[in-house]
Amino acid sequence: MALEEKYKALIDAAHTAGVANLAVREQDGVLYIDGDAPSGAVKDQLWSIYDQIDPNYTSGDLILNVNAKAEAGSKVRVATQETALNIRKGPGTDQPIVGKAQKDEIITLISQANDQWSSVRTDDGTEGYAYSQYLEPVA
Amino acid sequence: MKKVLAMIAIAAFAFALPSCKGKSDADIKTEVDAKLATNPDFAQLSSDVKDGAVTISGTVKDDATKTAVDPAVKEVKGVKSVVNNASVPPPPPPPTINPDDLLNTAIKDAIKDHAGVKAEVKDGVVTLTGEIKKADLATLMQKVNAIHPKKVEQKLTVK
Repeated sequence: MALEEKYKALIDAAHTAGVANLAVREQDGVLYIDGDAPSGAVKDQLWSIYDQIDPNYTSGDLILNVNAKAEAGSKVRVATQETALNIRKGPGTDQPIVGKAQKDEIITLISQANDQWSSVRTDDGTEGYAYSQYLEPVA
Repeated sequence: MKKVLAMIAIAAFAFALPSCKGKSDADIKTEVDAKLATNPDFAQLSSDVKDGAVTISGTVKDDATKTAVDPAVKEVKGVKSVVNNASVPPPPPPPTINPDDLLNTAIKDAIKDHAGVKAEVKDGVVTLTGEIKKADLATLMQKVNAIHPKKVEQKLTVK
């Protein structure tokens, strides 16, 4: 329960921001927070609060896995920091690159391949797999 | 005319009857709801009253809170009995922790865009070493947290 107290501001913010399927539980000295954020902005806000409570995330006592998941078939924004997003033949960075999507480009999410990779299609018709952490639902 | 008067008298009597016996169900409900509103733990509860018998429904966070509902409601005058149908939601499922072979594959993808960052996986614990710019740290940590590790040891030098 002690960790829930430490990260109370974060948990409260997740409730307030409308994070769906929010699950908070402690196991072996680590607090696990999972849920589906309504937007990429909410996710960034939670990570900013995490950084305030535990600067640079060095304590190793929280796994924060709240992601802004888009529905299959919906449009998503490429949320890379600067560079273009690689679209690959298969789900893995060892797979050949079949195309690129520019930062802030809007592409279509076809399905979630696994925890990390999504099957996507760009407006010019390139299909392949992209790293899900760089895809944000379009509000 | 007499008939009409008689009917008015009966109606008036019938109307006045509940107040002779005490508070109406509606009055009790108002007071019960006000009582529930004084405790934030009872925020998700609602009441229904029939002949002084109160039925509570909704959700509370735990069994102790549920037990506390009955005495609080019984403090309201006119409440004859309490049926506590409040439910306690089941605990969340335990966290998913991926086995090391899956984490080893996933961590490569997660740190790929971050030159200067090294990662090691052992018994579910991901240890990050090397160096990173502060501006990139949250992005890296988001990716590493999403692969379902048991724990993340962040030992990076943050520039």
